[in-house]
Amino acid sequence: MFAYYVELAMRSLRRSPGLTALMILTIGFGVAASMTTYSVFRGLSADPIPWKSDRLFVPQIDAWGPGNRRAGGEPEVAFGYLDAMTLMRQHRAKRQSAIYSISASVMPSSSGRNRSPIPIDGYAVYDEFFPMLDVTFHYGSSWSADDDAHLSPVVVISDKVNKEVFGGGNSVGKMIDIDNREYRIVGVTNDWNPQPNFYYTVDVGYGPDMPDMFMPFPYAVANNIAQAGWDGCRKGEVDPGSDFTALLRSDCVWIGYMVELDDAMAVQQYRGYLDAYASEQQKAGRFHWAPNTRLRDVPAFLDYQHVVPSDTRVSLLVAQGLLIVCLVNTVGLLLAKFLRRSGEVAVRRALGASRTAIYAQFLTEAGVIGVGGGVLGLLFTAVGMLSVGQVLPARLAAMAKIEPDLLSLTLLLAVAATLVAGIYPAYRAARVLPAWQLKAQ
Amino acid sequence: MTLHPILAALRRHKVAALLIVLQIALTLAIVSNAVFIIGHHVQRMMRPTGMVEEGLIRIVQQWPAAPSGDDDAAIEKLDALQRADLETLRSLPDVQEVAASTSNPLLSGYIDGYVSLDADQKGQSVHVAYYYGDQNLRSTFGLHLIAGRDFSADEIRHGRAAPGSPVIIVSKPVADRLFPNGNALGQTVYQDGKPATIVGIVERLQNPRWMDSDWVYNSVIEPLRQDDAWTGYMVRARPGRTDEAMREIRKALFATNPMRLMPEPYAGIHTFAELRARAYRSDRGIALLMGLICLILLSVTAAGIVGLTSFWVVQRHRQIGVRRALGARRIDILRYFQLENLLIAGSGAIIGVLLAFELNHWLMTHYEMTRLPPHYVAIGTVAILVLAQASVLVPARRASNVPPVVATRSV
Repeated sequence: MFAYYVELAMRSLRRSPGLTALMILTIGFGVAASMTTYSVFRGLSADPIPWKSDRLFVPQIDAWGPGNRRAGGEPEVAFGYLDAMTLMRQHRAKRQSAIYSISASVMPSSSGRNRSPIPIDGYAVYDEFFPMLDVTFHYGSSWSADDDAHLSPVVVISDKVNKEVFGGGNSVGKMIDIDNREYRIVGVTNDWNPQPNFYYTVDVGYGPDMPDMFMPFPYAVANNIAQAGWDGCRKGEVDPGSDFTALLRSDCVWIGYMVELDDAMAVQQYRGYLDAYASEQQKAGRFHWAPNTRLRDVPAFLDYQHVVPSDTRVSLLVAQGLLIVCLVNTVGLLLAKFLRRSGEVAVRRALGASRTAIYAQFLTEAGVIGVGGGVLGLLFTAVGMLSVGQVLPARLAAMAKIEPDLLSLTLLLAVAATLVAGIYPAYRAARVLPAWQLKAQ
Repeated sequence: MTLHPILAALRRHKVAALLIVLQIALTLAIVSNAVFIIGHHVQRMMRPTGMVEEGLIRIVQQWPAAPSGDDDAAIEKLDALQRADLETLRSLPDVQEVAASTSNPLLSGYIDGYVSLDADQKGQSVHVAYYYGDQNLRSTFGLHLIAGRDFSADEIRHGRAAPGSPVIIVSKPVADRLFPNGNALGQTVYQDGKPATIVGIVERLQNPRWMDSDWVYNSVIEPLRQDDAWTGYMVRARPGRTDEAMREIRKALFATNPMRLMPEPYAGIHTFAELRARAYRSDRGIALLMGLICLILLSVTAAGIVGLTSFWVVQRHRQIGVRRALGARRIDILRYFQLENLLIAGSGAIIGVLLAFELNHWLMTHYEMTRLPPHYVAIGTVAILVLAQASVLVPARRASNVPPVVATRSV
């Protein structure tokens, strides 16, 4: 029976090629716009560390006071040196690490005249950073708490740098010259680069560049290795700019901070600890305001930081609006198409076809249009995905990928949408009164 | 012609008419908001920087292993490197002018602060971005000096960048905010507490931020050659020689000293046109996307009107024939369908206007969106009514061509 309905549908669609093409185009456009914007949205709102993101938290402490807060009374995300070091020393979370951005250089291995150094960017972190974030290693491992304490010149490099400087291989134990300082390599990462970057909490977001190296925070500070990321100062305080020693003494904020907390109890305790710390500072006269702290887990923090640009969300919304208009349009066109065949329905009904049979016939026809629209939609979606680079900056466009489930979802959406659009027209067709219709003719 | 017969006929096509109403309402709501979004982004892209952009080349680079901290030896060493670079650039045949410059409009890296009328910043103060550079910065950028003078060579200091130069050049909005009477030239102001004399005023200089803000054109130029791990130069190529100059610059700089880093994309040698394109890439993209969606929406709606009207024209074949036989002229039939369409599209537009403002309100509460100005909706309404009339023309023409003889035939 189904094959017969498909045949009927094909014959009917061939009879009015213009209308058929219009419906297929409409569905194709609507579905493709939705799927393209959806895949961009999905690519950008992915969880960078899904197995652990609800146990990683970003604390915030208001060290500047009213008049310097962000919208909604939000304190700064970054920490000043003083607060970050106190939190590290008091060590209240299961694991924690302060982090700042470093921009340095190494000489490549190839020998030749006029060699230029290669830039390597990375972070100064504590030893607990690596187990806390499940950093994956190709060789070796992280440094120890002792290395932090004794200001050891050790470094973890990415496999990319390992290849550029040593030509690859197990380089653990070798020495590397970074900006005229010798470091002992303790680990080589697996080119670890989760996207979006969520661990450098001062500046989260998508970026193509993987961290090239990590070095111990205390060593970096003791050796005046300047920070290369964002820094902010409260109104009226002069930004020390690149004067690192002045930055350490200032109230300016530039250090990221992340903690690992295993359960709700620990989270609650840590929240209490942050407030207690802030009110202690208030009592000591350093803060002249009531404690204003935050503690968000990674997904909430990424949301708060608008990692998915609001343009992307609005585009998704507008594209969904387009799909709805396309569906309304399809309902209208199907209605016109089906009701024009009232005579045919009347004859079939008079010859004994049940209403269900009429439903089945017309919904099959809608389904066939849906499949056509889906195939066209796939084509348009592919074109859309290829042009995402025209619309978004490269670092964001790279996150939108064509995945197999996206393809099947596109087809499914097209067919389902057309079937939904076909319900009312089919209902109207099935309600045609055979006697009345036949007499009228 | 009275409306009564039209309404009576529409009652027999309730659902089809409602579908068109709904479609027009949604289309109007989405299109007016989308066009508003396009307008917002295009406006942002059209903002002038105040510079003569043609022929400008920006160089950003990093000295490896540069010392941090402010000991004199380190600063002198960095300054010597920088002066050598400036000399090299100046000697190139296709280079017209060179300036030491930390930043420029749309580069996004910036240092900001507050300039005020008194040392303790109690009174009037203005949020500004600081541009550090030498005596050639104003002319290399191509900024229009409307009052006062350029810096002289002996006023250029060097060292770590920090506001606090004794003489400054400000952009006109800064001068106007601090001195509404227009007597800013020669006055003393305070930059984060340190006194400075305004020696020059430029007409316009956008700050390095790409985003919208209420201080887009508040800029201060400080006579200081910044000695830092990161250095920047702005070069103006001779007219029409930009490409040649780009090649010469790269070669000459690395020949002078290969020990330099230019990590792309933010550092390196770029024409200002590239920087502008990069800064506004997503604005351009969103405008394109919204434009495409509007185009599809309007086409789909137009096609839908053609389709549905054609359908009921066919259904009313007999009635049209009867009317013609009873003396209705072709133009009457045409007018009938046009008026009917105006009625349907008009009610769709009324709902659409409400929906448009509702959608805008929703976007405002959930995303950073500003209030939709009514004229966008007004223009959208007119456009959609015209579109509806244009689409109904095809089936209405066909209806008016139904011959009166149809009335006498029984199928």
